[in-house]
Amino acid sequence: MANRITIDPITRIEGHLRIDCEVDGGKVTKAWASGQMWRGVEQILLGRDPRDAWAITQRICGVCTTVHAIVSVRAVENALKMEVPLNAQLIRNMIISAHAIHDHIVHFYHLSALDWVDVVSALKADPVKTAQLAESLSTWGGNGRHEMTRVKEKLVAYVKTGQLGIFTNGYWGHPAMKLSPEVNLLATAHYLQALDVQRKANKIVAILGSKTPHIQNVAVGGVANPIATDSQSVLGVERLLAIKGYIDELADFVNNVYLVDVAAIGAFYADWTKYGKGITNYLSVPDLPLDTKGTKFAVPGGYIKGGDLAGYKPITSFNDAYFRDGVKESVKHAWYKGGKGALHPYKGETIPQYTDFQDDGKYSWVKSPTFYGDTVQVGPLARVLAWAAAKYEPGLRHLNRVIGMAESIAKTKIPLDALHSTIGRHAARAVVCGSMVENLQQQWQLLVDNIAKGDVKTFNKPEFPKGEVSGFGFHEAPRGVLSHWVVIKDGAIKNYQAVVPTTWNAAPRNEQDVAGPYEAALIGTPIADPERPLEVLRTVHSFDPCLACAVHVLDTEQNELVKVRAL
Amino acid sequence: MAMRVVVLGIGNILLSDEGVGVHAVEALRADYQVPAELTLIDGGTSAMELLEDLEGLDLLIILDAVRAGRAPATLIRLSGNQVPVFFRARLSPHQVGLAEVLATLDLLGNPPRETIVFGIEPVSLETRLGLTEPVAARLPELVQAVVDELGARDLAVRARSVAAVNRMSPALLA
Repeated sequence: MANRITIDPITRIEGHLRIDCEVDGGKVTKAWASGQMWRGVEQILLGRDPRDAWAITQRICGVCTTVHAIVSVRAVENALKMEVPLNAQLIRNMIISAHAIHDHIVHFYHLSALDWVDVVSALKADPVKTAQLAESLSTWGGNGRHEMTRVKEKLVAYVKTGQLGIFTNGYWGHPAMKLSPEVNLLATAHYLQALDVQRKANKIVAILGSKTPHIQNVAVGGVANPIATDSQSVLGVERLLAIKGYIDELADFVNNVYLVDVAAIGAFYADWTKYGKGITNYLSVPDLPLDTKGTKFAVPGGYIKGGDLAGYKPITSFNDAYFRDGVKESVKHAWYKGGKGALHPYKGETIPQYTDFQDDGKYSWVKSPTFYGDTVQVGPLARVLAWAAAKYEPGLRHLNRVIGMAESIAKTKIPLDALHSTIGRHAARAVVCGSMVENLQQQWQLLVDNIAKGDVKTFNKPEFPKGEVSGFGFHEAPRGVLSHWVVIKDGAIKNYQAVVPTTWNAAPRNEQDVAGPYEAALIGTPIADPERPLEVLRTVHSFDPCLACAVHVLDTEQNELVKVRAL
Repeated sequence: MAMRVVVLGIGNILLSDEGVGVHAVEALRADYQVPAELTLIDGGTSAMELLEDLEGLDLLIILDAVRAGRAPATLIRLSGNQVPVFFRARLSPHQVGLAEVLATLDLLGNPPRETIVFGIEPVSLETRLGLTEPVAARLPELVQAVVDELGARDLAVRARSVAAVNRMSPALLA
């Protein structure tokens, strides 16, 4: 007899996600992912000036704010066939990289590590042994026995107050928690250190973007950062050097803590390389453009069908027709008026039609996007697999380092195939973060070198033609492929669609009733205790779900369900 | 070292009285000159972004909508042991974020030496810009209570003269 588990909401994310699972024989046999809020930003944009779209679309969310701003101007620039000054590309690239590093650190330590790390168990740890273990893995300065003793004492004092604060509602003592007290203490220490480090990445975004969350510096045609080497009030030497300082601190933490922790936790939870596979069609896009036209990129991306790396098809420019023509969205299982089959975003419609949660009908505010008819997975794993296929050296180097560390801790060989899993998504995210730190260093150097040549241009003025034009912009955001699609008529927005990473991953069943990536990944997940479905959270959190932008005004219907309170 | 004090207004101005803390801190900014050791922050609905601004403070004054079960539009002041209770009971809808920030400051070893919460019992939390009339009517008292609290600690918060404000505003509007 199958049991139904409903987790609503899945928290530690932005927005509101509901997951339903049928559990039979201790395993998930059927799953549904449902976005429980409506977004509506497309309607707000209709009739507006395309030069304002970026400022409005980035208000979709307070977490990934930069990404919608940048991809929106890319879409409008694409419609106008514009070139963007090199400095503007590089400044945007630095914001993209710094934002991604911030996002990945926060996701791993603050939004998902507690699925694997038992903070209460850390109270039993021996700080000296913890330090010995930590120092055998990494040269990080924050691993010593005094630090571990300090963290443990703090934790003990904290728990004594009777308030777990940030650690309340964790699945402490759950049978699926496998780490030793020492590893738990080490991870908790790094959780706290990560709180300090993540700010450095945000400072880079704030210096370049004038503000975070919600950067203020992008413009259709470039950026609004005046450059001068002899002025304190614009982007000059002083600010560039401050950024460099922050990059170096991030590099130390990411390489010597984050990557090491992911390898270690991955090794201790090696059985989780067998769960969470799901959809193996992987889509990523190239990013960090190195020229004014968007035809050369620092980082490759493309399509891998059915996990076959040999069949990798690269996406190569901001005008790439293969990408442009491949994307469609179905609303057969989403709360929108349909009946026209899957539609290309230029023709996309967002007309609400709420039914109720219907297992075989409509059950989500998230649409179901496909790439040439296939449901695809996006995100760091898609990216790393594309890097493996494209033989992208920095990416492969970081991948080999993480796998190498995990192999030496687990004392076993780990094949590349192990990446198609819950743990694999975490490993891939760490690899991306390591690589992004290097990209950020490079983009900084390229910007400094370009300014040194005397180029201080940051903006080309957009001209809007009479009549209708359309354009698309893509961006490899922290959670995967993000694209905005705009139709402009006589200088005003006629249609606008955002196809966001979590739309791809949290998609409901598609036009052919094929399950979406979250849904497919959950099948086969073991459930030790249906009242405390930690394992479901592990797999869903491994995608780094973020619903605010994936769903299309607030659902005021309060569905009465058996709800499992989930952290 | 000089004292470091923050007056933090938090809340969501899209949800009528939920935004009273933000309206209060903005009124304070508009009507008063504050000394260098005092920082006024419109925290909106942010959370961990506030970490750095709230590190190592001598005094943190939080302005917020407080649901304590009193009559609507009642002025509320919480201090000492009442503050953790305020957070445990989650009297304010967005408090999870701020509670996490304060817990984190505690774990990092640099929490505020003293925290005081000033608030008003909301009348309505419906989706609407602006405060309800009863709460708006008490806003000047809330601001005055904060000014008095600061004054009692020798933090000279001086009212801008009406004439000065009038002189400024045409220029600001231009």
